[in-house]
Formats: sequence, structure tokens, C-alpha cells
Amino acid sequence: MVHTLSRRDLGEKDALAFSGVALTYPDGTAALDEVELSVKRGEFVSIVGPSGCGKSTLLKLASGLVAPTAGVVSVDRDRLGYVFQDATLLPWRKVKDNVGLLLELHKVPKAQREARVRETLELVGLDAFSEHHPRRLSGGMKMRVSLARSLTMDPSIFLFDEPFGALDEITRERLNEELLSLFIDRGFAGVFVTHSIYEAVYLSTRVVVMSARPGRIVAEFDIPFPYPRGPEVRFSAEFAQIAGKVSYALRGQIA
Amino acid sequence: MTQLQSPQRAGEATPAVASRNSGRGRSILPPALLFCGILAVWEAISASLSPGRKYLLPSPQSVLVHGLLAHDAYSQILPSFVRTALLSLGGFLVAIVFGMIVAAVMYRFRWFERAAFPYLVALQAVPVLAIAPLMAVVFGYSDMAKGLIVVLIAFFPIPANFLLGLRSVDAGLVDLFRLHRTGWWTRFFKLALPNSLPQLLTGFRISAGLAVIGAIVGEEFFQAGVPGLGMRLLQYLDQVEYNRLYGALILSSLLGIGFYSFFTWLSHRLLRSWHESAAG
Repeated sequence: MVHTLSRRDLGEKDALAFSGVALTYPDGTAALDEVELSVKRGEFVSIVGPSGCGKSTLLKLASGLVAPTAGVVSVDRDRLGYVFQDATLLPWRKVKDNVGLLLELHKVPKAQREARVRETLELVGLDAFSEHHPRRLSGGMKMRVSLARSLTMDPSIFLFDEPFGALDEITRERLNEELLSLFIDRGFAGVFVTHSIYEAVYLSTRVVVMSARPGRIVAEFDIPFPYPRGPEVRFSAEFAQIAGKVSYALRGQIA
Repeated sequence: MTQLQSPQRAGEATPAVASRNSGRGRSILPPALLFCGILAVWEAISASLSPGRKYLLPSPQSVLVHGLLAHDAYSQILPSFVRTALLSLGGFLVAIVFGMIVAAVMYRFRWFERAAFPYLVALQAVPVLAIAPLMAVVFGYSDMAKGLIVVLIAFFPIPANFLLGLRSVDAGLVDLFRLHRTGWWTRFFKLALPNSLPQLLTGFRISAGLAVIGAIVGEEFFQAGVPGLGMRLLQYLDQVEYNRLYGALILSSLLGIGFYSFFTWLSHRLLRSWHESAAG
């Protein structure tokens, strides 16, 4: 097996680095090929690409859930946050016990855990719901719980796999804004997979466009807007122009 | 069981409670009506029999009075009822313990599942009465043999349902636990086991009913030791005590219904806060 995870391969400030990463399934299907990508702390990189291009697989490689068939992935796995497409909450646990799950798995003492959970629930605005079970929450609230659960570990690298894809537009925009303030506050490195070009441009310092399978990185765009970004950034001419460029690059891949 | 009391209570309860109870009342009204209907049909058939054949189906009140409430009737049949209840419960508990262990080992080791599951299915398919004589030879006409019949009949639903529940964990949750490098035991206790609860409780419910059947079949076959309901059934048949025969039959059914209702209640109680099956 390829040695995937080690801190010594990381550059001075790289939170995540892919070099020459490829993934071929046992049946011979090439999922990803020659992926070069590095993400530093304080960077927020969004990945857009056609369906089935391996965007989510990229995150699985980044987290170590899947090992590459070639190349090296370097990441500090001890402080890695991962938010999945679904909220992946334990339905039998109350909100507070879901948020405390990772601390519990890492055997953080109870008192410390409870304080941390309370703090984090306040941060995502769910302190009033700590005694609820997930089934009574809306989709957006479940996603907030999921986010809070990862935040308790104070991640230095945060992976997002289309977390807001299933939400309505208003909720999605609100969560985008909340995510940005968390990003500014915590200064983690973010890697965000999405189908929405607007979401990608709004959130990121950099947008990466991938090709259809086998997935490769075909274009990168730096997003120049300074943080904090108000919601009005979305309506500026420059925003539309960048979104147009990303869209054009993406269309080139789909055609 | 408790539901049966609610219509009477509704009258004296506060309005809020009364409205809740009337919701319950609605749900027991149809079976209650059907019960009255069945009693009426029973009564009618019994009344239509010629006096010479009437003993074959005594009227409901005759069964109640002579078969159950008469002193020499209940002093004989109640201890038998308790006896059969304990036998079913004992066998059922053994089935739970072994069934859960077998399923957990299958969950842990796929090869064991592949090796053992066919035999589990085969065990389910073997007519228990076919192996009862063999068990009589090995264990004698003993309580041990009766208990084993209960275990054999009640066993299958527990490992089958438990395994299904253990395996049906959401893939994303498995990834989450793997991401945090949890060991097998942690995944088992914090993820797979609670996740399996709805299926496991379904298994309990099915198996509890089967345990009662197993106890009565076992008692009827072995006809030895302290008499339970199964032995009483055959005894009353021999003695042409049809009032008591029907009484024993009713108690056997009540035992099964009681077991089933208890586990339905338990399941609802444990799952209502999080599982769709117990919504509301």
C-alpha cells in the first residue's frame, strides 16, 4: 500500500498536499489521474466538476478513508474535519450528544466535553435545541449539528462534501455566510466540493475545476474578494465575471 | 393490556387526558367490536348444537364459569399457566442470549456468517416435532428437553433480525467512525448495536410469540414433570372436560398475546424518540 499520510511531506504551511495522485479501481476504471493540489492554512479551495468526476473521491483520499493507487497525499489527520453530503447524525442521540460524539471517541473527559459542546452549539445557534433528537430538526439545522460536531475537534483542515446540496437556496446562502464567518474566525484550511459555481466563488480563495473521469485538475481561479464578504458580493459585476469564467471552464469539460 | 382500561377511565379523566384517551379508544374500538362479534357467533353456534353434541362447544359463559372461574378449575389451571409462562420465558431468554451472540460473531467475522448461516436456516426449517423423539432419548422426558424445544422454535428470528440491524448502518456513519480510527468494539457499541435496535426488537416480538408455541408443543410432546398448559390441554381432551379445555386454550392465547404486547410496548417506548416505526 502507498504510504499516504505523514506530516514530514507537508510544506511549511500546507495543510493538505496531493502530488501525482491517481486512483484506479480494481476493475480498471480510472477515477482520478495526476492530481496536484496543495491547500495552505487560511485558504479556502472549492472544487467544481462534472458529476462523477471524482470530486468526492478526492476528499476521501484527502481524509485517508481511501488510499491512492499512485502518488502521495499529505495531511495532518489528527486535526481533520469532514462534513459529508448527509448530516450523518446518530438518530438515537440528542443533538448535544451528537455534537459531543467525536470528543467522546477521542476520550475527552466528560466535563470538558460538555463545556465544548455547549460552546459550539452556541456558535452555530443551536443551543436551544440541544435536547432534541435529530428527527425533529430541519435539513439546515441537521447540517449545522454536523458542522458543530466537526468544529468541536478544532480542525486545521476542513473537508466539505457538498454539504448544502440538498438545502433550499435561502438556507444554503445563510449557511454559506455562517461558514465564512467560521472560516475567518478559526482560520482552518477549507476544501469544499460543490455543484454550485456561485457557492464556490462566494466562499473561496481559489476555485479548482476538474475534468470528467478520470478526474484531473484542468483550471484554477484565484478569487480576489477580501474577507469578510458580505452577501452583496454576490451581486457585483466582478463576481459575475469570475463565475462566468469558471462556468466556461466547466462547460469545456462537460462538452 | 393497559389499553383495555382506557375507555372506562376516559369518563373520569380531565378533558386533556380524555381527548388523548379517546384517540386510544378509537384504536381499540374495532378489535373490541370484533371480539363481541366473535363471542356472539360462538354463542350462536353453541346454542344451535343438539344437546348430545353441545359438550363439543360450550357457550362462552359456561367456559368462563366452569372452565376458568370455578375453584377446582383455576386452582389447577393457574399454576399450569405460570409454569408454561416460565418455561416460555426461560427458553426465550436463552434464545436471546445465544441468538445475539451468534449474530454478533457473524457480524464480526464474515466467514463465520458464510459458514453458519445456512445451518441457521436449516435449523429453522427442521420440523421440531421431528427431532423431539431424539431429544427425548438424549435428555429424557425432562424440563431440559422442553426448554430446548422452546429455544429451537424461538431462536431464528433473533440472530436473523439482529444481524440485519447490525449490517444496516449508514455508510456515511461508518466512514465517520473510521475517520476517527475507532476500534471494532467502539463501532459495535456506539454505532451498530443502537442502530440494530429496531430490527432486534422486531426479532424479540416474533420470537416471544414463538416461545409460547414452543412451550406448549414441548409440554404436549413430553407430557412429564410439573404439568403446564400443554399437558392440561391433552388431559382435558382425554377427560372430555371441554369447558376447561377451552379455558386452557384461552389462557394459552393470552400468554402469547401478553408476550407480544409487552415487546410491542417496549419497542415503542425505546424507539419513539428517534425511529420512524414508532413515530407519534
